[in-house]
Amino acid sequence: MATPAFPTSFVPGPLWGNGPTPGQVYNFPGAATAPDQWGTQRTLNPSVTTTSVLAVKYKDGVVMAADMLGSYGSLARYRNCPRLQKINDKTILGCSGDYADFQFLSNIINQRVVEEECLNDGFSYTPPGLHSWLTRVMYNRRSQFNPLWNTYLVGGIHQEKPFLGYVDKIGIAYEADTIATGFGAYLALPILRDAVEKNKKMEEKQAVELIDRCMKLLFYRDARSLNKYQVAVVTKKGSEIRGPIVSEANWEIAHMVKGYE
Amino acid sequence: MAACAELPAGGFVFENCQRNKFLESQGYKVPKAYKTGTTICGLVYKDGIVLGADTRATEDTIVADKNCAKIHYISSNIYCCGAGTAADTEMTTQLISSELELHRLNTGRQPRVCTANRLLKQMLFRYHGYIGAALVLGGVDSTGPHLYSIWPHGSTDKLPFVTMGSGSLAAMATFEDRYKADLSRDEAMKLVRDAICAGIFNDLGSGSNVDLCVITKDKVDYIRPYEEANKKGVRQGKYRYDRGTTVVISSEVKKVELEVIDTEVRAVPMET
Amino acid sequence: MEAMAMMPYQQEQTNHIERPIQHRFSPYDFNGGTVLAIAGEDFAVIASDTRLMTGFSILARDVPKTTQYTTNTVVGSCGFHGDVLTLTKVIQTRLKMFTYLHQKEMDTSSVAAMLSTVLYYRRFFPYYVYNIVAGIDTEGKGCVYSFDPVGSYERETYRAGGSASSMLQPLLDNQIGMKNQEGAKQVPLAKAKAVALVKDVFTSAAERDIHTGDAVCIHVITKQGTTKETYPLRRD
Repeated sequence: MATPAFPTSFVPGPLWGNGPTPGQVYNFPGAATAPDQWGTQRTLNPSVTTTSVLAVKYKDGVVMAADMLGSYGSLARYRNCPRLQKINDKTILGCSGDYADFQFLSNIINQRVVEEECLNDGFSYTPPGLHSWLTRVMYNRRSQFNPLWNTYLVGGIHQEKPFLGYVDKIGIAYEADTIATGFGAYLALPILRDAVEKNKKMEEKQAVELIDRCMKLLFYRDARSLNKYQVAVVTKKGSEIRGPIVSEANWEIAHMVKGYE
Repeated sequence: MAACAELPAGGFVFENCQRNKFLESQGYKVPKAYKTGTTICGLVYKDGIVLGADTRATEDTIVADKNCAKIHYISSNIYCCGAGTAADTEMTTQLISSELELHRLNTGRQPRVCTANRLLKQMLFRYHGYIGAALVLGGVDSTGPHLYSIWPHGSTDKLPFVTMGSGSLAAMATFEDRYKADLSRDEAMKLVRDAICAGIFNDLGSGSNVDLCVITKDKVDYIRPYEEANKKGVRQGKYRYDRGTTVVISSEVKKVELEVIDTEVRAVPMET
Repeated sequence: MEAMAMMPYQQEQTNHIERPIQHRFSPYDFNGGTVLAIAGEDFAVIASDTRLMTGFSILARDVPKTTQYTTNTVVGSCGFHGDVLTLTKVIQTRLKMFTYLHQKEMDTSSVAAMLSTVLYYRRFFPYYVYNIVAGIDTEGKGCVYSFDPVGSYERETYRAGGSASSMLQPLLDNQIGMKNQEGAKQVPLAKAKAVALVKDVFTSAAERDIHTGDAVCIHVITKQGTTKETYPLRRD
């Protein structure tokens, strides 16, 4: 690699040589899958998956929520999978889809955050910055036919304003006031949109209540969901992840259902 | 063994199914039917049933009918919302409606909702889901209000609130969020309206207006439209063509020769 | 009966086995969007709806598919939104490099030529994007260039692209191209009339195309620069 004539930016040197760099996957020599006459076969199916992430912008921040179930097909396999991540005081990340892919990318992001912190230059990842970076990662992986089977939501505060963005496994990305992934896009999003449209200046308490209502609703109707979930809140004052919260089901009207005829 | 002459059974004839399948595999296109990508729903409230439907019918990505009626008449005390293939929902409800009317005349009693449900599910089950009708059946009879959802394969549910169609998840979310037992008439209508609107605004297969049907013990209110959820945009320009804009290739005036025939009309007494 | 058994379609049913549906990865999606551009004498109008959808759901209601590239070049791109974002990013980077190198903005016609080569570069894994470029040419006249996803392009006076293009194009042929009209006079199109026409055709497209709606974002481009206006559409 040619050395640039003038330093464009400060990049820290490697911590050690002859090994995997921090945050990178190490390929053992000779262990890579050699392309045979059929070409290389990549994993194009998710295995342990997680369901919806919900998020809503309110007057002075963003609220995001996701349950803690890791499903193995139709088996409710793991009941304690956190998938909301605090990036820094201004940024949070939520993920749905393949849990292994999330853990892989999550490690890389954490490493980048640490490296960024080490520079100690007063800069850190901004929500639009992380969102934009994710669009490139996801789009590049889809272009190599080796997608990360995830949908990511980035929430945060940028230039004093709430930010909420979406990126999926083929690189579709956008910003909106209310976003839900997975089944939540069909069940929770109508409720979220309606509430936000009716109350444009929502307070944090109302936004959290709204999200709680929608998480309960998803527990009722999404077969791949759990009533144990986490909520992430970002405001100018900082970001935090709350929970696990357990929503209580209401069976008041159950006595009205008798038989099918 | 002497074979006795069997009466031809009613219903569809399936003898061309294999031929059609073959033709399809050879690349012939099957004519497309209107699908009502739909939001329909219903709920039980204090003194009856409220049924609701949107009014959009689609043909792939094109809106085929902007104001179609999806709440069908079954009998004076029973109505039925239909989603799926438009022709199937219409014909199925008409057929069951007529069977129920005959049943009513035979028995001299007001038909019951469970009877309509049984007729519908048994008919749909026989056709293995090939009659693409997903129904929400509601009515009030001598035993009170009843609400069913009927699937194209013939399975049924009897629930306090049901939804069907491509917007069913949006509508179901609204019900799960706000349904309570013993709603008042106004509350029930508002809730059904909101459920349909959730479908209209969040599901691309549903749209246009909200139709409602409120059925109580002694009265039916079929409100169409209950609400125009979307106002149509107002046109800015004028698009009138000047006289002579359309090309006339040729014109000719011909005399039509008429043959005048005398006929006699007689009244024939009806067989009784 | 024996003759019947020979019919090829009779064997069909035996090998009809129901398999579970496997979820295959598809690198493409269709996210809706309609774009429309009209070139006037000394102006150009380009518009797009602001709905982003997938399947039967609306992802967002306020994502315009138009991007301003230079002072008097606006491009409308729709199709697969992942490709739209990437293509837009690539073009904008190249334009920035051009500006730094030449100390001037790129002409609309050159933007169109560059877009064509960028699209053809991915001939065998195409950007699934329908592009329309609108702007002012070097003579100060309004211009519109329309593209197919792999880079074929031509200059036109009006063009509709994307989801509802097959509904809009015949209407434009009739109203701007004065097609199928006997003795119609070709009068130069006024700016206000072009904008009104754009609003009307989008209003109509939103009535019948389930992918088009929410709002239409209209850019009017003149030599001095561009103005932007948003006009509401049906939201169902």
